[in-house]
This record gives sequence, C-alpha cells and structure tokens, in this order.
Amino acid sequence: MFYVAAAGVLVTMVLALVRALRGPTVFDRLLAANIFGTNTVLLIAVSGFLVGRPEWLDLAILYTLVNFTGTIAVCRFARFGTLAETGSHRGAE
Amino acid sequence: MSAVIDIAVEIASWALLSLGALFCVVGGVGLVRFPGFYARVHAAGITDTLGAGLLLGGLMLQGGFTQVTVKLAIVLAFLLLTSPTATHALVKAAYGHDVRLDLEVPSRPLEPGEDPWAGSPPPTAGGGATLVD
Repeated sequence: MFYVAAAGVLVTMVLALVRALRGPTVFDRLLAANIFGTNTVLLIAVSGFLVGRPEWLDLAILYTLVNFTGTIAVCRFARFGTLAETGSHRGAE
Repeated sequence: MSAVIDIAVEIASWALLSLGALFCVVGGVGLVRFPGFYARVHAAGITDTLGAGLLLGGLMLQGGFTQVTVKLAIVLAFLLLTSPTATHALVKAAYGHDVRLDLEVPSRPLEPGEDPWAGSPPPTAGGGATLVD
C-alpha cells in the first residue's frame, strides 16, 4: 500500500513540475515549487516506511521548515525587491 | 481480539493512504488544469491539507504508539502551520504585483453542456477584468 501512496505523490510532483514549466507568472512557478516541496516531505515519509527506515522522518521535518523558509524568502524578494531591508513597505501595498 | 484490532487498523491505514494519494493527485491535476492563478492556489490547497493530512494519518496508524508517530505528528503540525502561511504570503505578493482575477463567468444558470469558461480570456495573469482597484 505504500507503493500506492508513493505513486500518487510522484504523479503529483510531475504535475507540479508541469505547472512550474508552463505557469505564465512567477507566482505560478512559486506555487508549483511550494507544492513540490510539500510532496517531497510526503515522499520522504512514505519511502521511509517503504524501505523500513522510519527514522528518515527527521529529514522530512527539516524539509518542511526549509520549504517554508524558501517560499517566504522568494515572496519577500518579489514584494520588496531585496532580502536585506526590514519593515519599509516600499513595494506593493 | 487483538488480531481483529490489527486488521481494522491495517484497513483504516490503507484507506487513509489511498485517499491521501488520491487527493494529492486531484490537487496536482487542478494545479495544471485550472485557469488563472487564484484558482490554482485553491487547487494547491487540497494537496496541502487533505492530501498531506490523510497520508500522514495513514502512516501514523502504521507507526503505532512509538516515536515515529510523534515525529509524524510534528511534520503534520509544521505542514498545517506553514502551508497556509506560505500561501497567504504568496497570494499577497501576487496581488501586489497586479495579478488579477480575470475570469468572466456568466452569472445566469449554465445550459447543459455549456462551457463555463467560454467567454473568458485565455488563462494568463494580469490584464483582464479588474476585480478590485
């Protein structure tokens, strides 16, 4: 049954890649990257059970946080044009 | 008796894993096929919440009362905290960059077999009808 779950997650990753390649705006690509990251976490968790090494879940926890940080960083860059400034809303609003 | 419980847990876990994989694929298909950015965000939410929740729930049933289940719960908690936050920031950044909702769906009831997106411009970002200025 882990094979079914892993196959579903892999198909979703392929679909996210399709959207990342096609998506007209940068935000479509960013959304696809976010979904790809979520599915990476799920795939690590499922494949850990698949090969009998559930301790890979530590990696899944790490990937969750890195995925979130990456998305927020790119959103911030798209909004403010820089990652260095703090607070000043000189971008969109 | 415990054998019955084991089989019940196994069946429940199988159902949760299959449903989770199904919802993941549904979200992915929506991500590819939906017109417009905001509709795609809506489809992506299915993968983030139902797909991840059901898959990790099924794995938790497999893990039993062990440390593995605790780690799975931590992963699920982080996902449920960070996914909506990331989506919110993403949509806010997109809205600030003039990605507008450009669908023109007829407000009358649809005829049978009518294409609801017939009057819409091709699914691109920007331009189109402005919802809010």
